[in-house]
Amino acid sequence: MRVWAARPLVCRDAVSIMSDFVDGRLPRREANRLERHLADCPHCHEHLEQLRLTIRTLGHAEPEALTETALDDLIEVYQRWRAEESAGM
Amino acid sequence: MTGPATEVELIDRLRRGDQTAFTELVTAYQPRMLRLARGFVPNQAVAEEVVQDTWLAVLRGLERFEGRSSLTTWLFAILVNRAKSTGVRESRDRLLSADEVADPPGRFDATGAWSSPPEPWSERAEDRLDAERLAVRARKHLDTLPTAQRQVLLLHDVEGLSREEVRSLLDITEGNLRVLLHRGRSRVRAALESEVTAR
Ligand SMILES: [Zn+2]
Repeated sequence: MRVWAARPLVCRDAVSIMSDFVDGRLPRREANRLERHLADCPHCHEHLEQLRLTIRTLGHAEPEALTETALDDLIEVYQRWRAEESAGM
Repeated sequence: MTGPATEVELIDRLRRGDQTAFTELVTAYQPRMLRLARGFVPNQAVAEEVVQDTWLAVLRGLERFEGRSSLTTWLFAILVNRAKSTGVRESRDRLLSADEVADPPGRFDATGAWSSPPEPWSERAEDRLDAERLAVRARKHLDTLPTAQRQVLLLHDVEGLSREEVRSLLDITEGNLRVLLHRGRSRVRAALESEVTAR
């Protein structure tokens, strides 16, 4: 076992690896260290919850809907392609 | 319009010249493609142009779609490649600026402990604020992120592409991807924090 693995994390370091933790990208040993820190540190625990909420929120962000004009423009693109197809090949 | 069966069927209809299939496709994808394009080019007008070009390229390339990747991945790959070749922001930002990788100052003391701990709002946000309002704030804040962070968040967290797909579309390493996700998410988290705590 390496020496650094036993050293407890400070909050700054805990925060710096949280994004990887959420993505499941931390090596097991580092994840364990973080979990031990989170169990004792309400601030970091809260920060992690906020990070999870942030990622979930990003996943729900709806883009602005397609406008009528934009759709018309695209239909024109489609018709240009159809014309191309029947003319060329 | 999810699921490979529907996608394949849609592509078949397109190949047969079914205009309704095209309308369905653009209605489903155009908003997402436009949002993604905005992460690569300097303004809305250029983004619209890039997306239009993309649709034409998609139609011309229909024969080459084999259903091995998902339709989303295929469309996004064509879009990102075209957006990158217009390239105004891209070339300037290829090397990560110091701004992209620096940690936010001032929240920790010299020992690395919190000097200004996060305000506890995650529970409140779930209870009292509708997800919609947070989502709007997140979406707006995305537009203000440094380019590389924005691109990575759009592709990975918003659109849900795999890490591998994101790395290959943006031509970045796993290390860069991790840093950019970390930094971008931190900024959006801070924006949500100010949205919630400002009430
Ligand atoms: Zn802590």
